[in-house]
Amino acid sequence: MRKLLRSVFFVDLLEGLWVTFRHQPPRNIVTEQYPAERPKVAERYRGAPRLNNNPETGETLCIACNLCALACPETLIVVGSERNEKTRRKELTTFTYDTSRCMFCGLCEDACPVDALELTQDFELASYTREGAIWDREMLEEGPKPTHYKY
Amino acid sequence: MADSTFLDSTELVLNMGPQHPSTHGVLRVIVKLDGERVLGTECVIGYLHRGLEKIAEHRTYQMYAPYVDRADYVASVSNGLGYCLAVEKLLSVEAPPRAQVIRIILTELNRISSHLVWLGTHCLDIGAITPLFYTFREREYIMDIYEKYCGARLTTHAFRIGGLQYELYDGFEQECRAFCDLFLPRVDEYEELLTGNRILVGRMRNVGVLTGEDCKAYGVTGPILRAAGVKWDLRKAQPYSGYEQFDFEIPTGQNGDTFDRYVVRMEEMRQSARIVQQALERIPDGPIMAKVPKVIKPPVGEAYVSIEAPKGELGYFIVSDGSTQPYRVRIRPPSFVNLQALDKMARGSLVADLVAIIGTIDIVLGEVDR
Repeated sequence: MRKLLRSVFFVDLLEGLWVTFRHQPPRNIVTEQYPAERPKVAERYRGAPRLNNNPETGETLCIACNLCALACPETLIVVGSERNEKTRRKELTTFTYDTSRCMFCGLCEDACPVDALELTQDFELASYTREGAIWDREMLEEGPKPTHYKY
Repeated sequence: MADSTFLDSTELVLNMGPQHPSTHGVLRVIVKLDGERVLGTECVIGYLHRGLEKIAEHRTYQMYAPYVDRADYVASVSNGLGYCLAVEKLLSVEAPPRAQVIRIILTELNRISSHLVWLGTHCLDIGAITPLFYTFREREYIMDIYEKYCGARLTTHAFRIGGLQYELYDGFEQECRAFCDLFLPRVDEYEELLTGNRILVGRMRNVGVLTGEDCKAYGVTGPILRAAGVKWDLRKAQPYSGYEQFDFEIPTGQNGDTFDRYVVRMEEMRQSARIVQQALERIPDGPIMAKVPKVIKPPVGEAYVSIEAPKGELGYFIVSDGSTQPYRVRIRPPSFVNLQALDKMARGSLVADLVAIIGTIDIVLGEVDR
């Protein structure tokens, strides 16, 4: 009898709907209005790669040791270097990083002995061409410049 | 002759998928139907095959670690744990106690997040839309913890061979504790929404029954096996990574139907939250990385390590030939083995139940196809 009354008056349905309506107030809204509202990504986020410069001199920190290229599972890093005849040191000439094949595992930044290569908090990596996903040294030092939309 | 068309025949062979929202990826099921009744099914897999096992033969041991995350991308941390434990067994090293406890916290959070995805999508399949939004809201907390801990949300690459790469961030313990406190009432809320729901229970009870003997015969593990009443959990049966120090229950069911699997998984989420709470109390100090050589060259030999992933027994079998690259890596994915039982479960049921049965196996096609 009780079971019949429960089904006649949709008690189970109303109980379920009560849970639904409990979550209606605006303070429960969790949707982010991207791109107007930009997500705050974590400090350790592994996003776009960056090649760091020394902030004082503006020279690259990279010592062209090639360890990142060896650590990369997809072998997508190519480091070009030249031996400086005066100082007898290797100097970085080119650095190519193919973001289209990158899986952002972070092994390259773990391998870097001087913290030159770093995965940053930039996450907007889209480009109009496939070639645009292959970043050269200049792009890696400057980082991507995504459009910031305002509404 | 011209009057008869294929519609006249009583038996009909249909393709379900590979592009079907309820097959949870790119699974193709060939279904033989007699009206609404399923006479037999056959799975066609391989649409997401990426050759993960072959890739391992051309990567060093450290390099392969991010790839295993891509097998079961819903529970990537568990995959990483299984692989790291297998290589550690080959090398005969053990992660330091601090690393082990942090590993347990992260894998148990991963179990919760995997079950939340299952709950949301499974309920969506059988007609309840609301739980999907609620479960993904809670999953977001876990994703945030992962993002702050290791920098990625889904394919985390959280563990390294011999321990951990990253130290805990400030506020990790508070956030995990806050999540557990928030999450346990939320599970009750899901139960309030679903367990008493007549439609949902009607769709789940006595659907896709698999007895304990059948489960053992098919090699089915995980919540499906436990729902059939077999108390088998690798965390208790052969503890790894220090699970023996924790106090938790193994929930079991009796009937082995879809509803029992639902109940078992709901209870598992609570138990996982309990393990996280216990582990947070006892994170020891110390190093997080064992002494592992920079170039990993395990001695010639082989190792098999299996762990209790959210979906069942996840095993890694690695053969080493003494070089820096594994000679062979074989992954024993729980979804792939559990999927075998689909035909047994679905035979004789209705087409609509087939969707519920695929959902209850909790397959991830990345893991089935590898």
